[in-house]
Amino acid sequence: MSNQPPAPSDPGPAATTGSNRLDGLMTGAEIVIQALKDHDVSVVFGYPGGAILPIYDSLPKGASNLIHHVLVRHEQGALHAAEGYARATGKPGVVFVTSGPGVTNSVTGLADAKMDSVPVIVISGQVPTFMIGTDAFQEADSVGITRSCTKHNWLVQDTNEIAEVIHSAFHIATSGRPGPVLIDLPKDVQIALGKYEPPSKLHRQRYQPVMTPDTDNVETLAEWMETAERPIFYTGGGVINSGEAASARLRELVDATGFPITSTVMGLGSYPASGKHWLSMLGMHGSYEANLAMHGCDLMINVGARFDDRITGRIADFSPNSRKAHIDIDPASINKVIKVELGILGDAAISLEMLLEAWKRRGGRTNRPALRRWWQQIDEWRAKDCFRYRANAEEIKPQYALERLQALTKDLDRFVTTEVGQHQMWAAQFLHFEEPRRWQTSGGLGTMGYGFPSSLGIQLAHPGSLVINIAGEASWLMNMQEMSTAVQENAPVKQFILNNGYLGMVRQWQGLLHEGNYSQSWCSSLPDFVQLARAFGWKGITVSQPDKLDDAIRDMLSYEGPVILDCRVTKEENCFPMIPAGKPHNEMWFEPPASGDEPQSVTV
Amino acid sequence: MSEMILKKGSSRKSAYDLRKDQSYKEATHTFSILVDNEAGVLARIVDLFAGRGFNIESLTVTEVDHTGHRSRITIVSTGGDDVIQQIRAQVQNVIPVHEIFDLTTDGPSVARELALHVLKVREANIEAARAAAQAFQSKELGVGAGCLVFEQSGTPHEIDELFDRLRPLGELEVARTGVVGLKLPQ
Ligand SMILES: Cc1ncc(C[n+]2csc(CCOP(=O)(O)OP(=O)(O)O)c2C)c(N)n1
Ligand SMILES: [Mg+2]
Repeated sequence: MSNQPPAPSDPGPAATTGSNRLDGLMTGAEIVIQALKDHDVSVVFGYPGGAILPIYDSLPKGASNLIHHVLVRHEQGALHAAEGYARATGKPGVVFVTSGPGVTNSVTGLADAKMDSVPVIVISGQVPTFMIGTDAFQEADSVGITRSCTKHNWLVQDTNEIAEVIHSAFHIATSGRPGPVLIDLPKDVQIALGKYEPPSKLHRQRYQPVMTPDTDNVETLAEWMETAERPIFYTGGGVINSGEAASARLRELVDATGFPITSTVMGLGSYPASGKHWLSMLGMHGSYEANLAMHGCDLMINVGARFDDRITGRIADFSPNSRKAHIDIDPASINKVIKVELGILGDAAISLEMLLEAWKRRGGRTNRPALRRWWQQIDEWRAKDCFRYRANAEEIKPQYALERLQALTKDLDRFVTTEVGQHQMWAAQFLHFEEPRRWQTSGGLGTMGYGFPSSLGIQLAHPGSLVINIAGEASWLMNMQEMSTAVQENAPVKQFILNNGYLGMVRQWQGLLHEGNYSQSWCSSLPDFVQLARAFGWKGITVSQPDKLDDAIRDMLSYEGPVILDCRVTKEENCFPMIPAGKPHNEMWFEPPASGDEPQSVTV
Repeated sequence: MSEMILKKGSSRKSAYDLRKDQSYKEATHTFSILVDNEAGVLARIVDLFAGRGFNIESLTVTEVDHTGHRSRITIVSTGGDDVIQQIRAQVQNVIPVHEIFDLTTDGPSVARELALHVLKVREANIEAARAAAQAFQSKELGVGAGCLVFEQSGTPHEIDELFDRLRPLGELEVARTGVVGLKLPQ
């Protein structure tokens, strides 16, 4: 590969497994590498520095190298790339960072992974044990700083404990509600000799989340499903995290019952957007029909979603007349925000399987006449065509850009990620996903700068697939340094920038909620994205006319390397429908009838 | 755009309603938590409470199993039912936690607190102070000159009561351990 550094004349025989020493001992750094191999890690995202150099020294070289290290350009990029990799594959993402700034730069990514339940394992260098607490060079209290943004973390002070900690880390990060973990390894612990125990030798891990739900609870829900007049499935990222079987069972259940289904932004793809029962995403910028159906339902079946405030709006008015059941693997997510009548603690796939089985065994009944009326009502809501926008022959509307992107890529082997802002919500509205793991976005933390590095992570997991990041120009600048990584890795990621010259979502809120005081939401000095692309060896395209858009998208798709498509869109478009924060689902704002007007508020 | 109706407690520039929607009753609960005694475990529990806005009214911790290296933490907290339920679920999710009991609701339990009352006392009040201490079965420790030291164990309420009775008798200072508690076999 042209982008690799010249190989040293003789890399020497690389150790493939275990120790070269007669006593079987290995250095801490070698133990780390061996443990990663034993957990089938093939890609690591990282950035070296003094305190983690022993581990970089032990990275296998040459042909026997089964672990590919991706050199990012900022540790936040490593974390998001690892998240992208993990969410696209279901396998944990692994990251190496150095002490001090290496760890502090990782914090946003850890917090992001914690919120969105992404399994990420960070191995950080630390100053030697005898220097801890002395404000040594590049010392930071890494376990302290990351405690609240990891599922668990460790400071390992004995080389003999590294193996066990890494095995536990994989177990904890990937089981139950997944999440990020951090293992802090002081430099002397990496250098000292110790024993390696493979994962199989380990005792059963004590952390064992409940997977199989209580059968009585499942039976109760099956019973409720038989009589419900206005049922709805409300699904979230938990269905995707649970694995393919969960999406498969969900599809069976939805299709067998004929109940409508909506999903959070985290769960898109678990039920196909082309499915008959699909109501589109719900929530602050979700569809009219999904939100009204949630508001008016009499049975809500939540599978792996967590009643986020972007979903519920004002708690007191949330779905006031429904019985609510909540299937979740995390006991703390049940009854945290919304009190439910029925909590079902367990894995989504297993729970859905049992629910389907119980409901069928009981006769597979639903309240058909009532369901028919419910669908009539929903169809009336649907007829409002809530995502409608006013097209424009002179300017590219962001919605139009996404409609065209959808049309030109829907049949391709496609993965989509986004940044955070209006473009993110439009992408969720206008792109359609048929399979799980094909779409990802920073849902919980709302991290601008997530999309580009995560697209890299996805591309490394799926080198032959089309990976597109739908970006806002402001978000995209937050991690643009990774352009260099993309070139080094030959990663042909496509950056589809909906460039409105504004922190668009901020501008929208200022317009609607702060009397048009557009304080600091306009960027006056954006780069020339085409020249920027060229400077890094990418292809850059810019387009501003609707009739040139299709060609520009085709240009982007057909180029075999990384591309920025700077798509100049209408500057002051707002994203509708919108339920303002803290409002109930049935108070929704829509596109105003003519430009310049205030949005229409509709109370249903 | 519809007029925003701002309730008391919400800010004008935000559509968030900052008030709790339901008025609910708060109650005090005592939790007993068994954890692995590893570095930082107390910080994990305390950070969890601080980060999620749960109250800590008192907290005690020490290792109770020197071979298995486990510590018992007793935390007294106050909150509505939903908060109390969240505390339990969130603590259970902390990896080094073995078990958590709500001593207030999970069956019979015992809870006590230890206090040291140090009273700088005038001659004339010594008898009254001793009588008060005796009424609470607290032990007089023979330390210090010109002052009385009482060791009292009891409920937090009993400790408050003795404190109130001693206070008029001199200069009083108190140190309290916070509640330790345990569930009883059923
Ligand atoms: C790191 C970070 N800082 C601030 C915000 C608040 N924020 C949300 S959307 C947004 C504007 C995003 O602008 P852009 O990426 O251009 O997207 P647009 O809304 O214009 O589509 C900001 C500043 C955030 N989500 N993340
Ligand atoms: Mg923008």
